[in-house]
Amino acid sequence: MSTPIQLRPDETFILNVGPQHPATHGVLRVKMEMDGEYIVKSETVLGYIHRMHEKMGENRTYAQYLPNLSRLDYLGALGYTHGHVLAIERAAGIEVPERAEYIRAITVELNRVASHLFWFGAFVMDLGGFSPLMYAIQDREHILDMLEAVTGARLTYCYYRFGGLYNDIDDDFIEAAKRFIPRMRKSLKKYAALVTGNIIFQKRLEGIAPVSAEMCRKYGATGPVARGSGINFDVRKNEPYSVYPEFDFDVPVYHECDSMARYKVRMDEMEQSLRIIEQGLEKLPGGPIMAEKKPKNIKLPVGDFYQAVETARGSFGIRIVSDGDKNAYRLKLRSPTYSNMHLFDEACEGMLIMDALAFMGSLDLVIPEMDR
Amino acid sequence: MGGYFSDIFNGSKSLLIGMGITFREFFKPTVTVQYPYQTLKMSARFRGHIELIADEEGNPKCVACGMCQRACPSGCISLDSVSVDIEVDGKVKKKKVLSKYDLDFTKCSLCGQCVENCNFGAIDFSKEYNLASTRKEDFHFNLLKRLEERNA
Ligand code: SF4
Ligand code: SF4
Repeated sequence: MSTPIQLRPDETFILNVGPQHPATHGVLRVKMEMDGEYIVKSETVLGYIHRMHEKMGENRTYAQYLPNLSRLDYLGALGYTHGHVLAIERAAGIEVPERAEYIRAITVELNRVASHLFWFGAFVMDLGGFSPLMYAIQDREHILDMLEAVTGARLTYCYYRFGGLYNDIDDDFIEAAKRFIPRMRKSLKKYAALVTGNIIFQKRLEGIAPVSAEMCRKYGATGPVARGSGINFDVRKNEPYSVYPEFDFDVPVYHECDSMARYKVRMDEMEQSLRIIEQGLEKLPGGPIMAEKKPKNIKLPVGDFYQAVETARGSFGIRIVSDGDKNAYRLKLRSPTYSNMHLFDEACEGMLIMDALAFMGSLDLVIPEMDR
Repeated sequence: MGGYFSDIFNGSKSLLIGMGITFREFFKPTVTVQYPYQTLKMSARFRGHIELIADEEGNPKCVACGMCQRACPSGCISLDSVSVDIEVDGKVKKKKVLSKYDLDFTKCSLCGQCVENCNFGAIDFSKEYNLASTRKEDFHFNLLKRLEERNA
């Protein structure tokens, strides 16, 4: 007669989330030590889509590096390319015409809305709701069409140039953007009623996965993750760049520290981005879109340059160490989700696995940006 | 106890509101395009793979200067030229003529550096996007041959 297997009360098992788990976006692996449905310990393993973007920055010229920046975060690519061109322009002392900066701000904000829309859809789908994803993609499609008409690409834009832009926007773009703003405002109301007000959604997010402000500081979390934990930090306000000081907009901050707070920050940010676009279209000055005095082959002076910008996921920084040559001696990219992801391991200890996956969604991860 | 019943009431209400929204969406017109049967027109600035541009006589405008080749971040372009004798105003002159222009589209990131760096307006983006294939070689384009085919 056999005796039934006796489990030790403290026995745990290892659960691999990823590398290609359908519940995560991109190839991220999280090794979780589980006690039943509770996480005892988790370990994030990165590197599955590392493409050596930093190294590439060192062995090609500054202009040749332009397309790389939009391959980091494929959902909000313009923010990253903006950081790159700003860094080079400041280091090389290139004056950018005002019109070009306004167009940059407008397109970056449109891209931010597109990125948040996709995150919104994917996040709700992680939690089991499918329709919002379809509605969000439908709205995002309008932005992609607009951006395609000016940049020539739908996702991996290569639109900004040192000293200006690849080409100018036309009246069609301005018309389309003006039509889009009220449409998007209506959609935001729809999302508030359909998703934010939904009881199941609220119960799964409110009070779940608290991330304290200390933890954010410890891991260097920025963007909506930090702003959902009560840290009022937005590079556009705190270290203004481009023409952002000209715009009147608010930085949404929530103090609840839970997944719901992070969700609300992003939903409010979309409205603020619409405000910036509206003001940008109104104030858009005429004139050239490319600097007149601009060296053909850009060489930076010897030195160490850093530029931070606020992308859809947080503060993105690019550091260029130049030895005076036409390519960088060392190029370092500080990507926001890399830092945001690292608080996951500590924060998810003792959490239910389903809550942890919702938490992961609320961090808004884009894996190629983390891995670079 | 009161909280329990108000939870049920408010919860059901929020679900009904959500259902109302999806129900209304249900009757809205379809926005998707039925792809193989319907296609979209590519926007004027759409960037497909590059294509050589011909002058009035059908010859490539390209003077084989090699600027595009040097500007390309990924080394997609390889070109070659031959020197031919031509007669201008009774004098024999040497002229560089493009003999080969190959594009390895598997590596191209459609960045536009080549088009921007060409001072002769000799290349431009095509509107080609139907490029599915299971063979890598199908993406190695002989642009000179493609130009001849277009001329024919
Ligand atoms: S578009 Fe960019 S990657 Fe493609 S061939 Fe031209 S320079 Fe090279
Ligand atoms: S395409 Fe333009 S840049 Fe390239 S070799 Fe010909 S003329 Fe020169």
